[in-house]
Amino acid sequence: MTVDTRQNLTLRQWMTTEEVTNGRQAFVQKVYWGAVGFLQNPLALIGLAVIVVLLLVAAFAPLIATHDPLAQDLGAALQPPSAAHYFGTDELGRDIFSRIVFGSRITLYIVMLVSVIVGPIGMAVGMTAGYFGGWTDKVLMRVTDIFLSFPSLVLALAFAAALGPGLENAVIAIALTAWPPIARLARAETMTIRSSDFIAAATLQGAGSIRILRHYIFPLCLPSVIVRITLNMAGIILTAAGLGFLGLGAQPPAPEWGAMTSAGRRFMLDSWWVVTMPGSAILIVSLAFNLFGDGLRDFLDPRHGR
Amino acid sequence: MRRGLEAMMISNAGILRTRFGTGLSLVASILVTLFGLLALTFVIGRVMPVDPVLAIIGDEANQETYNRVYQQLGLDQPIYVQFFRYVSDMVQGNFGVAILTGKPVIDDIIRVFPATVELATLAIIFGAGVGIPLGVYAATKRDRLADHIIRFLTLIGYSTPVFWLGLIGLILFYAKLGWSGGTGRVEIYYTGIVQPITGFLLIDSAITGEWDVFWSAARNIWLPAVILGTSSMAYISRMTRSFMLEQLSQEYVITARIKGLSARQVVWRHAFLNIRVQLVTIVALAYGSLLEGAVLIETVFSWPGFGAYLTSNLMIGDMNAVMACVLLVGILFIGLNLLSDILYRVFDPRTRS
Repeated sequence: MTVDTRQNLTLRQWMTTEEVTNGRQAFVQKVYWGAVGFLQNPLALIGLAVIVVLLLVAAFAPLIATHDPLAQDLGAALQPPSAAHYFGTDELGRDIFSRIVFGSRITLYIVMLVSVIVGPIGMAVGMTAGYFGGWTDKVLMRVTDIFLSFPSLVLALAFAAALGPGLENAVIAIALTAWPPIARLARAETMTIRSSDFIAAATLQGAGSIRILRHYIFPLCLPSVIVRITLNMAGIILTAAGLGFLGLGAQPPAPEWGAMTSAGRRFMLDSWWVVTMPGSAILIVSLAFNLFGDGLRDFLDPRHGR
Repeated sequence: MRRGLEAMMISNAGILRTRFGTGLSLVASILVTLFGLLALTFVIGRVMPVDPVLAIIGDEANQETYNRVYQQLGLDQPIYVQFFRYVSDMVQGNFGVAILTGKPVIDDIIRVFPATVELATLAIIFGAGVGIPLGVYAATKRDRLADHIIRFLTLIGYSTPVFWLGLIGLILFYAKLGWSGGTGRVEIYYTGIVQPITGFLLIDSAITGEWDVFWSAARNIWLPAVILGTSSMAYISRMTRSFMLEQLSQEYVITARIKGLSARQVVWRHAFLNIRVQLVTIVALAYGSLLEGAVLIETVFSWPGFGAYLTSNLMIGDMNAVMACVLLVGILFIGLNLLSDILYRVFDPRTRS
């Protein structure tokens, strides 16, 4: 990092001065102020912390879990929370704490897979529509609107029902309903970038459409798309849990949180912990993603600035 | 200053606003979207692994019967012919016969729909009634403790799985406190006393003077309605706050204060009146998204409405009924979007030429 030695600024001053002398300094300043803002946002930090914990729990699930998540012990069915079973046991005597720990893998699996599918699809559709405009734009956006004109859970339900119940099909179903907002965002970004001078310069140098989309527009769209996907993650978690609750997500005996809540319904009046625990896990994780996404947005949104 | 979730909510909302022009192009746009809905449901229906023939005749029928029904359903026709038939059936309101009830799907939907509308209407009244004042209050206390608390609470409301909240509500208010009547629309021994007139049980029982039924229905409906309304309350209050902040930063607010108006007058008489239009559209959209929560909440509360009808048909793989429901949700959603768009034009003088 070249600090502007002419004025003998310290790094901190260089990052905060009003007199920006080059592009790199502007970028560093933006990151600096964003990071300061992010660190001053306790809620976003809490969200981040929960997500980190979730990742660790999922990674080290076998070490953290106290029991085998699938091991049944009918003699110990519906035990209340205790030292032996932190969150109690379910109707088949399975340890709920261990099931929630292993369930974090399913939740992360769904969130990651949906995001990985949705990002490229949404960006491809949105960037194509935004860059080429005209009829391409009209047709692609009309299709996007049709997908958007269903509440996401209902459309996911229809897809999941059509494809048959199961974890992979739930992922596909959610992905099919989650790409349109990404596409609209990518389109909007592309349309503002398209008319820039540097795009015109690249075109004059002979760059084809594909090259411009890949090397010029894609990198500029990426940050806002990533923020948007992060914000979507809470929704993805809730939709997945809803599908699991209705029996269309991961199938028993997999410890999916929504399905666990659903299975506990019959026993909840006598054994509150059977539904309370997995549901709380869903709430905490989806809240964490919302908090983090909100903070990340402030952090990356250039309009917010300092 | 509209960031994060608010920005996301806005871009999810008003799907059709930017794209709908006026008059003819509006009609064309709706028709194209409806056609798209039909195409989408048709495609989903085709993917369904449940064999529609077996669903009708059962597993035990012989090959001859199978072939006959296969032809009757038109499954031997080319895809575009099937699609054409599908569209013409749908346009005529012929959604087929539901396996579960043996009645036409359209009759079933008409029968169950009032229960959902009743629930959703109370839910939106709760959502808007609590959400709007909360949002306004948060905006006036911007960045102070009250604001942070409200924002955090609404975020929790937005992050809570609605089916789980329903179960917790049942444990707490039905099993422990006894404030709620439990699941279903009324206590079992009141079922069937009041013949449906409007289909809204609260209204019907009041008209016929069956006050026992009315109170039982009221005891049963408040909990699912409040829980269903929670997420829309969170949404409405966040949007209200965001709209209000925009207004409160305007110069007319300072002018009004200098003129000697109290803070309360400025907030409610000036700033709030200016966000009415936006609020109406937001509430209309929130009403639409209640349909989504209704699917889950009706399952939890054994509420005999549209959502429960959809899920019970999902379970048995009745394609006709499921696609009719999904199609109807899509149409309702578009309708509400359109309504919010129209309300916007009607209420906002700036959009008049």
